[in-house]
Amino acid sequence: MATLTQRLANPTRFMALSRRLLPLALGAAVLLIGWGLALSFAAPPDYQQGHTVKILFIHVPCAWLAMGIYTMIAISSLGLLVFRHPLADVSAKTAAPLGAAFTFLALVTGALWGKPMWGTYWVWDARLTSVLILFFLYLGLIALRSSLDDEVLAARLTAVLALVGVLILPVIKFSVDWWYTLHQPSTRFTSTLDPSFRKPLWVMAAGFLALFVAMHLKAMRNEVLRRRIRSMTLAATAQANEAAPADASGTAEA
Amino acid sequence: MDLGPHAAIIWLCYAAIAVVMVLVGLWLVVDGQRLSRELAALERRGVRRRSAKIEVAGTPEPNTRD
Repeated sequence: MATLTQRLANPTRFMALSRRLLPLALGAAVLLIGWGLALSFAAPPDYQQGHTVKILFIHVPCAWLAMGIYTMIAISSLGLLVFRHPLADVSAKTAAPLGAAFTFLALVTGALWGKPMWGTYWVWDARLTSVLILFFLYLGLIALRSSLDDEVLAARLTAVLALVGVLILPVIKFSVDWWYTLHQPSTRFTSTLDPSFRKPLWVMAAGFLALFVAMHLKAMRNEVLRRRIRSMTLAATAQANEAAPADASGTAEA
Repeated sequence: MDLGPHAAIIWLCYAAIAVVMVLVGLWLVVDGQRLSRELAALERRGVRRRSAKIEVAGTPEPNTRD
């Protein structure tokens, strides 16, 4: 009897399920981000940061997703290497560009926020540098994948790189505790963050998560279609090649 | 809405998010449409997936993996 993961690993079943889930995730994203924006712009200014605290509501969800998506890629990579899960590779491959986008946004919004708060866009401190390394890791995963023609080999090598790269995640998380950094220490969202900022942050984080789920489902659907097209094209070419020598020999006999 | 002396930076952050998300969304939609057209063109040429061929032949598929 097939387990739940085995049943879900079937691409045809995934396509049917994702067709129903995608509009729900997208609808949730639109509603939550709309609500989050309303809450963000209604939030009072911070006593130290003034209105720039509004950047928190988009910077932090991007940073959380940057790390969360990489964790998901590492789990998918493990699923590929250990269980040869066909959809695990599709998941890891399609999450990498999305993770790169969210990491890029975390870096950009952080740099812009840094100018009024720290007086500079960038410093080579542990938190900023480790997130930049995460961004390069995402680019490395994308580049490695696209540099190899052999899909199976590319998938395995990318999975190994993803698993090795997971070491950067604790460095990012604890960099503000292990080293003296310009970046603020970890925020304890239930004690050090003012209650008036908690709700907009959580709503925006939920909205960004729903948006990522919707985009990832769409990207996975595209990848399944791409693989179907490739296998159909190969099958058609093989059939044509089988038919061609027969035609040629028939012509020669004639 | 008065966002203080750093209003431009705040708006720039929100705009960066909007632009990148719209670009990623457009890329996904356009890519999906292109792939659907390609798939439809192959099917019009009579090319079928292995699983579809088995279904047509009336044999239950042992392990659908596409």
